[in-house]
Amino acid sequence: MAAISREEVAHLARLSRLAVTEEELDRFAGQLDVILQSVARIGDVAADDIPPTSHSVPLTNVYRDDVPQPSLTQEQALSGAPDAYEGRFRVPRILDEED
Amino acid sequence: MTDLTRMTAAQLASAIASKEASAVEVTTAHLDRIDAVDERVHAFLHVDREGALAAAERVDRGEVTGPLAGVPIAVKDVIATKGVPTTAASKILEGWRPPYDATLVERLRAAGTVMLGKTNMDEFAMGSSTEYSAYGPTNNPWDLGRIPGGSGGGSAAALAAYEAPLAIGTDTGGSIRQPGAVTGTVGAKPTYGGTSRYGLIAFSSSLDTPGPCARTVEDAALLHSVIAGHDPRDSTSIPQPVPDVVAAARRGGSGDLAGVKLGLVKEFAGDGSEPGVLAAFHESLEALVKLGAEVVEVSCPHFQYALPAYYLIAPSEASSNLARFDGVRYGLRTGDDGKHSLEEVMSLTREAGFGPEVKRRIILGTYALSSGYYDAYYGQAQKVRTLITRDFESAFEKVDVLVSPTTPFVAFPFGSRTSDPYQMYLADLFTIPTNLYGGPAISVPCGLSEGLPVGFQVMAPTMADDRMYRVAAALESAVGTFTPPAL
Repeated sequence: MAAISREEVAHLARLSRLAVTEEELDRFAGQLDVILQSVARIGDVAADDIPPTSHSVPLTNVYRDDVPQPSLTQEQALSGAPDAYEGRFRVPRILDEED
Repeated sequence: MTDLTRMTAAQLASAIASKEASAVEVTTAHLDRIDAVDERVHAFLHVDREGALAAAERVDRGEVTGPLAGVPIAVKDVIATKGVPTTAASKILEGWRPPYDATLVERLRAAGTVMLGKTNMDEFAMGSSTEYSAYGPTNNPWDLGRIPGGSGGGSAAALAAYEAPLAIGTDTGGSIRQPGAVTGTVGAKPTYGGTSRYGLIAFSSSLDTPGPCARTVEDAALLHSVIAGHDPRDSTSIPQPVPDVVAAARRGGSGDLAGVKLGLVKEFAGDGSEPGVLAAFHESLEALVKLGAEVVEVSCPHFQYALPAYYLIAPSEASSNLARFDGVRYGLRTGDDGKHSLEEVMSLTREAGFGPEVKRRIILGTYALSSGYYDAYYGQAQKVRTLITRDFESAFEKVDVLVSPTTPFVAFPFGSRTSDPYQMYLADLFTIPTNLYGGPAISVPCGLSEGLPVGFQVMAPTMADDRMYRVAAALESAVGTFTPPAL
């Protein structure tokens, strides 16, 4: 049985904000199925009582003094933006006109 | 006159310091070499001729000093360089010029290095061959029809083609070590947190580790000592002194390994390695024994689950990290014609800007993190990560370092592993456990198989980076370095 269906891949692509093509859906569904079947054996490990590791550095809550530091100017921060307007990032319309 | 492009970084630094050669001469020699061969190798995505010559002139005027003053370096294109294009080999960042330098780039400048340009890679560092670069692959200088490894194939190929004596890579699952292995160069992954991630375009934040690439172990150690050390701008940076890796490399280079215990991982034996790779590896082990090392077999029973754990953890983190590429703050924007909503513009932008492997991993990560699958996939992978860490810790109670081939196979021909993505993932079989554990590991050339380089991997405990340099330098002193055929 397939680990993942074409419909599930289409749903995940929507969640991921990827406007994938029909051809990509066909290809990715097969490939992701192979990958998922290959990684599924991770479930064979008896690990119920094992704590998870999120990263390897034994540090938590790294703080610094609350002192202003030099940072990017507004102009620098906007320098790579596809579209900027009056010192701000300009984005496409979010609400419909009748809203 | 000596060919400046054939010299090591240590030799170049010394020649420039004693005024036997000027930094401009050294830089020009490397830029000329790039002009002569890079059309065939394609190691670089961007060559910063003007910036490099200006930096070299500052060294010659005595305005910049430092341990590597005047030594040219190539930087992987996933690292932010102020004013110099940085794309991560993706169309989504085409033309982006970062407004700031990564911490390690600041340190490279302070050390006096001269940045030649930015090197090719698999898009967002996802791959083992550079075939997933949006700008076309890099060709292996040993055989232009074969892959240079990945993701940092451009950095490794630049070294093997004598276009640069030093390079920077990043290693998330083997992206420094595997390219080093298949190009006959040295690549070191420092302890996670030993080098700063500030200014590195994130792929998998709990695994990403920048590190040095070079043609000799001593050069790698010199570069390591320049870029490593605590950075307050990276919250996972380790606030401890950097081990003296240069002294360790020189000590190892003297060829004495008396009393050093090398652990051979039982579970790696016969795990799909090519016979030629295994033969070169075992000959190297014998060479190390002659230098006084002792070989001890150790068991790491959970290493067999490292590949599955990695291919759940890394895509999960990537799916979150790559959400920032939304066509708002930097990079590409597609479909903004007044007819599409913000959400549609984001989806069209990401569809047009990301290549197939990046899309696969984003979808895979989104799946592994979704409600209903989280515990079985991502949660379970994090638990297995704990077990792999325990395997390392218990092995290091018995031995000083672990050793293995770096990758199961030599450089493969283009196109031979792209149709089944999982076949590509197998290139990282021996390098991935270290990333999950967080310790340091190095690949050093150890021989040839059918005329192609084989890498020997040395893995050490966290913050014991010096140990791996000692063993790697000892092996290099025994087997020598390897020179590809003339291009």
